[in-house]
Amino acid sequence: MSIIGEIIISVLLVGAGFFGLVGSFGLLKLDQPMTRLHAPTKATTLGVGGVLIASMLFFLFFAEGITFHELMITLFLFVTAPVVAHFIAKAHLHRNWKPEDLPSPEGSTRWSTYCEPDQPGSGKPDSTEP
Amino acid sequence: MLRKFLPHPWLTLVVTIVWVMLVNVITLNAIVFGLILGIIIPIVTSAYWPERPTLRNPMMIIEYLLVVLLDIVRANIQVALIILGKRNEDMKPGWVTVPLDLRSPEAITVLAGTITMTPGTVSSDLSEDGHSLLVHCLDTDDPDAVVAQIKDRYERRLKEIFE
Repeated sequence: MSIIGEIIISVLLVGAGFFGLVGSFGLLKLDQPMTRLHAPTKATTLGVGGVLIASMLFFLFFAEGITFHELMITLFLFVTAPVVAHFIAKAHLHRNWKPEDLPSPEGSTRWSTYCEPDQPGSGKPDSTEP
Repeated sequence: MLRKFLPHPWLTLVVTIVWVMLVNVITLNAIVFGLILGIIIPIVTSAYWPERPTLRNPMMIIEYLLVVLLDIVRANIQVALIILGKRNEDMKPGWVTVPLDLRSPEAITVLAGTITMTPGTVSSDLSEDGHSLLVHCLDTDDPDAVVAQIKDRYERRLKEIFE
């Protein structure tokens, strides 16, 4: 039993390490700020996810029993990572891109990054419609 | 009265569960203290979150999580192959506009987060009226297929959950 557990945990750790390494390598190799943004959001999903599953299995097989902390780490990562990526992308769009270079949104509006801050309803999705 | 006492019943439940998991032991102590936090925090923060989101189909969340997890694993391998196997000159990064059928802010937030966490796409901006999402693709030959996949796999299910 314990040898099977050790093998599963080792495979998960090595796999997670590989994806973490590829994510970091992508950060170096990719050459545009927007493509570079893809690398770190990827390493957090499968790289960190594999380590966390391995950690849960380890405590389940060889230590005091089931732990929930890994689930919490996953939850907090999945809540924070997309928000940070979104704000980095917005800051980059704001400083380095012109609205003409981007595809236009549906209808006759603009992307909220390029709106004046004082305009009513700027950047706020309307929740009144059904 | 109940609405004033429990402005967000789902948030109360989530805060309680998160507290018990952080303490890491399931005891009456932890559950009671978690419940106290779960009641106080939604009341204190209700001024910043006035509308109560509707959950029409909570069981669908499980299916949604499974679909997203499967896509994360599959797309991670794709992106790893792109990073390792393709030269930068051969890549075709690009922007796509995803028109949204979702209207509830909570659903749009979850969709934008999902798009970022599934490799190959990063959601970058929301239009002024909140009806379209700007998404950056790492490498795509067919932007329409990306939009169709996002709408079919994620948005359709989120619409069933939230609206």
